[in-house]
Amino acid sequence: MSCHVCGQLAGLPEGGAHGLRCPRCGAPMHMRKPASLSTTWALIAAAVLLYIPANLLPMMVTASLLGSQQDTIMSGVVFLWQSGSWPLAAVVFFASVMVPLLKILALVYLVASVQRRSRHNLIQRTRLYRMVEFVGRWSMLDIYVITILVALVQFQGLATIQAGPAAVAFGAVVVLTMFAAMSFDPRLIWDPLTDTASPRPPHD
Amino acid sequence: MPAPDAHLTLPADLIACHECDLLQTEPQLAPGETARCARCGAFLARNPPDSLDRSLALSLAAAILYLIANIHPLVGLEMQGRRVEVTLFEAVQILWKGGVEPVAALVFITALLFPVLELLMFLLVLVPLRLGRVSPRLATFFRLVRSVQPWGMMEVFLLGMLVSLVKLSHLATVVLGTAFWATAALIVVLTLAARAFDTRLLWQAPLPGALR
Repeated sequence: MSCHVCGQLAGLPEGGAHGLRCPRCGAPMHMRKPASLSTTWALIAAAVLLYIPANLLPMMVTASLLGSQQDTIMSGVVFLWQSGSWPLAAVVFFASVMVPLLKILALVYLVASVQRRSRHNLIQRTRLYRMVEFVGRWSMLDIYVITILVALVQFQGLATIQAGPAAVAFGAVVVLTMFAAMSFDPRLIWDPLTDTASPRPPHD
Repeated sequence: MPAPDAHLTLPADLIACHECDLLQTEPQLAPGETARCARCGAFLARNPPDSLDRSLALSLAAAILYLIANIHPLVGLEMQGRRVEVTLFEAVQILWKGGVEPVAALVFITALLFPVLELLMFLLVLVPLRLGRVSPRLATFFRLVRSVQPWGMMEVFLLGMLVSLVKLSHLATVVLGTAFWATAALIVVLTLAARAFDTRLLWQAPLPGALR
């Protein structure tokens, strides 16, 4: 058994690993993250549900002399593309549409393959997990874009921008998928390898 | 709280990969070298040169930059003779008043609160270490640094700012504030500080159990 924080190795005491603390740094210790798979499933399900309003509802509402206009995430991307800044359009499209979707799919695949105790593509799946963990934070991009737009465009009478309901849903999707990635324990991917050598009960 | 016995009989250079749990011996690292897991390639350890001095200097610089980045306005906008300038905190306030409190809270936590918490706790760990005082309490602070780290997203914030400025550039003149450049520098310095720190310095203290 090794500590998540400082890497100290410790022997598993008799009677199971409940409520243990690391002898060196005091962090809680467990063989694997507790209830990893069911927690991850629950968080993914919540994220999927919120992903729908996040993409369908308006992200921001622009009111100007010419009337008011509602923008979803996709229409924001289209606007950037048409105004000629296509590298930024690609970045925003990737960060706010593709990343959350791919992240949810990748996590579903990882959790499902662990539950089937699959022994295939171990290294690839570990790499996939690392990518999911690394890339997740960049989905916050659109939230920050909204923040700056809302804060700056406050010319009363000329133009104002307000955040729409999708911003809340989208923020929740990002936070939920980040928690889902954190609750997944990548060591579970490698556990089926020891099945034949020393059978042990599933950890979940 | 029961504590498992540390395996003091195991060779001290034996480590377990935190991503696939493979036990392996930690190689002797020359300064600047990194060790990766033999099976899954996860990052295991690094031996940064002058770890303590460099990370302390860099995080002190980061603290100063953080102050500049939050006192001065981030960006400004000029439109028909009117000028609007906001700091990050004002931006959060406007968002809050606009009726999307959860989003305002999220931005406040990820772009303001957690970066400063991370920095403060990092300093709380580094200063005593530099003064040669190692106590088990440091480990608690370091654990907090680790749990806060993934939620500090200033680099994402900076990119978001650029995107929104491009969106605005066709309807008004955009003025980049002092804080914009301070934030950019802060991100670089903070990353370097975290990279320069050798976590193993923390664990050089003898185990509490071994003292008894």
